[in-house]
Amino acid sequence: MKILEINNSRKHFGDLEVLKDISLSVEKNQVVSIIGPSGSGKSTLLRCATLLETLDGGDLIYLGDYAAKADENGNAVYASPEELKKIKMNFGLVFQNFNLFPHYSVLKNVMEAPVLVQKRNKEEVKAEAMELLRKMGLEDKADVYPYQLSGGQQQRVSIARALAMKPNILFFDEPTSALDPELTGEILKVIKDLAAEHMTMVIVTHEMAFARDVSDYIIFMDGGVIVEEGTPDQVINHPTQERTKLFLSRFKND
Amino acid sequence: MSLSIMLSQLSVGMVRAVGIFALTLLFSLPLGMLIAFARMSKNAIIKNIARVYISVLRGTPLMLQLLVVYFAPFYLWHANISGYRFAAVIIGFSLNYAAYFAEIYRGGIQSIPQGQYEAAQVLGYSKSQTFFRIVLPQVVKNILPAVTNEVITLVKDTSLAFALAYQEVFTLAKQIAAAQTNFIPFVVAAIFYYVFNVLVAFVMERIESKMDYYR
Repeated sequence: MKILEINNSRKHFGDLEVLKDISLSVEKNQVVSIIGPSGSGKSTLLRCATLLETLDGGDLIYLGDYAAKADENGNAVYASPEELKKIKMNFGLVFQNFNLFPHYSVLKNVMEAPVLVQKRNKEEVKAEAMELLRKMGLEDKADVYPYQLSGGQQQRVSIARALAMKPNILFFDEPTSALDPELTGEILKVIKDLAAEHMTMVIVTHEMAFARDVSDYIIFMDGGVIVEEGTPDQVINHPTQERTKLFLSRFKND
Repeated sequence: MSLSIMLSQLSVGMVRAVGIFALTLLFSLPLGMLIAFARMSKNAIIKNIARVYISVLRGTPLMLQLLVVYFAPFYLWHANISGYRFAAVIIGFSLNYAAYFAEIYRGGIQSIPQGQYEAAQVLGYSKSQTFFRIVLPQVVKNILPAVTNEVITLVKDTSLAFALAYQEVFTLAKQIAAAQTNFIPFVVAAIFYYVFNVLVAFVMERIESKMDYYR
């Protein structure tokens, strides 16, 4: 079953074409990593998939529902705001900079959206939120505020916040890039645990070894196009394209 | 004139000064928010109207604005302005302070990182939920020191109602001092303003420390 499908997506900022005819699909339980140099368009692709940016052209489909559908000229036509609001509930996003709400306790950060947006029972949500925090090793941090946590702990809270919405697919936008090197490990472990539980995920990352270990499928992007894609073994261990080889050579020590 | 009579006369003016202070805040704090939104509007006409409003109200003396507000109805429409004095004071002060508060709000709103909006958007918050639950509480905390400054200035600015001969404490002090050739009313007025401001600063500090639970 396809959770996410993007067909022939295009996006430009001014004169700069950031996405040139990108297509990808993500099956249920699949973990897809997107790698590539800065400015390759991978973060823009993620921001378009999570409706933070709008595509100029192409389809964006979650579980068969069109968030955007290409018209006869290929231009993306978006669904109504009400439909988009429903479609939005399919995905969660973990940001590079966490973007926790600083004036909320850890527990409220995790609990508020399910109660407020999904109108779920508060006691139920609280029990689930505590369970998520326990899973993240943060059960004793429920009542503290984000500023009292390390970067790694904050990122785990933001993962819990995304999971509390019970998304069908979870996106990660360079989840360890804002962290000290010694803290990246704890986040990568959380993501590996989620992969072991068959969470469907799309991860934009610069951690090559991690991408190779955790992913079912890897996409290498450069200059707004998909240069190479396939299994981790194909893309990382046996790349066929010169650009992929050149990019990976910088991570040889991994 | 005995000190107690003097004090009882001045105390009437003190109550009036507090009245100007309270009503000005009551009207200018929300009006400032409206102007701040207009100033940040994507509509160029609305934005420029707000910009000109702020520019004029901040760029001309409050005393002159009070005179304009009070006398304009008479000069423009030959309206009867007797009985309009107090309303003119409140309108003049509120319009002026709203301009300053608008810029404080705008600064506070624009200091909220884009990521806060994006996180709320992905979680499905509506625009108004995002503003009232995520943005506004953080704005209030950020702008409190700047608001305190304005509020303290307002306490002292109430004396400008003198320009419309509204009998608040400063106007009365000046009259009594002139009539009695006595310096004491000015001392009393000075103590009044100072104590008022110490109280304001105390209250604002309490509010600030209440919001100190996060950074």
